Amino acid sequence: MGLAAAFWVMAVFAVAAALLVVSLRNIFRTALALIVCFIAVAGLYITLSADFLAAAQILVYVGAISVLIILAIMMTREVRQGNPANRPLKLPVLAVAVVLLGLLVYVVVASPWQVSGTPPLAPTTGPLSRLLFGSQGYVLATEICAVLILAAILGAIVLAKEKEE
Amino acid sequence: MPDISPLLTGHLPAATAAYWPGGYWGHWAFYTTALITFALLMVMGAIYIERRLLGRMQSRLGPNRTGPFGLLQPVADALKVLIKEDIIPQPADRLVHWLAPVVAFVPVVMIFAVVPFQKGALLADLNIGILYVVAVSSLTTVGIFMAGWGSSNKYSLLGAMRNVAAVVSYEIPLVLSILGVVLIAGSLSLNEIVLAQDIPFIFLQPMGFLLFFMAACAEINRSPFDLMEADSEIVAGFHTEYSGMKFAMFYLVEYAEAIAMSAIISVLFLGGWRGPLLPPWLWFVIKVFAVFGFMVWTRATFPRVRIDQLMAFAWKFLLPLSLINLFVTAIQVLTIPDAPWLVFIINTAVMILLVIIWSGLFKVGWGRVEV
Repeated sequence: MGLAAAFWVMAVFAVAAALLVVSLRNIFRTALALIVCFIAVAGLYITLSADFLAAAQILVYVGAISVLIILAIMMTREVRQGNPANRPLKLPVLAVAVVLLGLLVYVVVASPWQVSGTPPLAPTTGPLSRLLFGSQGYVLATEICAVLILAAILGAIVLAKEKEE
Repeated sequence: MPDISPLLTGHLPAATAAYWPGGYWGHWAFYTTALITFALLMVMGAIYIERRLLGRMQSRLGPNRTGPFGLLQPVADALKVLIKEDIIPQPADRLVHWLAPVVAFVPVVMIFAVVPFQKGALLADLNIGILYVVAVSSLTTVGIFMAGWGSSNKYSLLGAMRNVAAVVSYEIPLVLSILGVVLIAGSLSLNEIVLAQDIPFIFLQPMGFLLFFMAACAEINRSPFDLMEADSEIVAGFHTEYSGMKFAMFYLVEYAEAIAMSAIISVLFLGGWRGPLLPPWLWFVIKVFAVFGFMVWTRATFPRVRIDQLMAFAWKFLLPLSLINLFVTAIQVLTIPDAPWLVFIINTAVMILLVIIWSGLFKVGWGRVEV
């Protein structure tokens, strides 16, 4: 019952914040609502006994990604009240969003979800690290991910670099 | 009664909570009250120490009129800001302006939840303790951002933008220098880290301590890294437009962050509550104030850095050194796990060598003359 209550509080906060993100006109407040949404999702992870994932969610999404989004907003004064160029696209966007939502709801309701009978692991850090870096785990995929991100960063630097005349 | 308290406090071991009347909730209520009181008292002590010590280091007296030795000066200051007028600028985003001090303050208090004051005496012995500290402390930035944006003032905005540049850059060496400690202790829990320190980790991780101290000073905007509130350049930075109690909240955040970081440094590198003769909690308080005194000392010694120097220092000095430190520590943990004194000698030699080599790459002023 306690878990259910916590789940519903987090779920309501996450959905309400997500709605604010798409409906608010002030783009800075939109970014703040996004942060609330991320924190609520981290709370959902805690109710699922995934404490490491919750801390990583706060650290990466709230501490780094949201902060970079806000920094980008601060650099671009003109879009403070939203971009007027997107207004003609309102109806097509609505149609796509409704179709996507319908599909997702259908899939979630129609799939037969299996509930695992094993109790959740108490400290998740150890098993997680063995899965990511152990010889029997996904060490190759992890390393390829790291190289991919590094390549993306280098590409961004090359693109953003000023041309030397 | 259904037990939802682990949701609020993390995975509490039954051993610490069971002693309290009311179980988890008694434990939770007691520690929450105690921690907030502790944080506020330590902040008042820190403000007094900082002002007196700075005065001493600058050959002046510092506040000494209110009460014996000026001890009541923080109380007088608190009363003064409480009765000051609260001013909100006309073009400000009122909601964001009002929320900002609260958003900045809450995460700082939350850090204290995982700090052990004695063996097992902590609000929540999370098995991801130090990761929790890093994650929660990164939330304060959001509050400072809100203050800078909500004020509709260019100096506030500049201060907030300088803050994000500093925090994003210094987070990386901060976390990398913690990893050395985590490797040796074999746990992320702060309680376990203290229990693993038969020799304080400052001896096994001298370079880790140095890097963490510098990165932490930058992260919480202590001088010489206090660019975001550099009063000679941008008035008071992000809190230019704040007055009264809201200003006091930011003042509180600044010192509570310094105390929290001092506590984390004591736990990670100085053996936490462990020490001979004196009771453990007293050792802990002494260590926290010693680290804080060291921060005051650096503040009185070094001039403020420029923004380009700040960035260069993080990316060209702290980052490579913390990577090398992590690499060396990982090799030592694999090859010589039972020879702490050998590790001590090797790491000290590596630290001295690297610091000398790397600081040769930096020159004061870097040959640039700007008027």
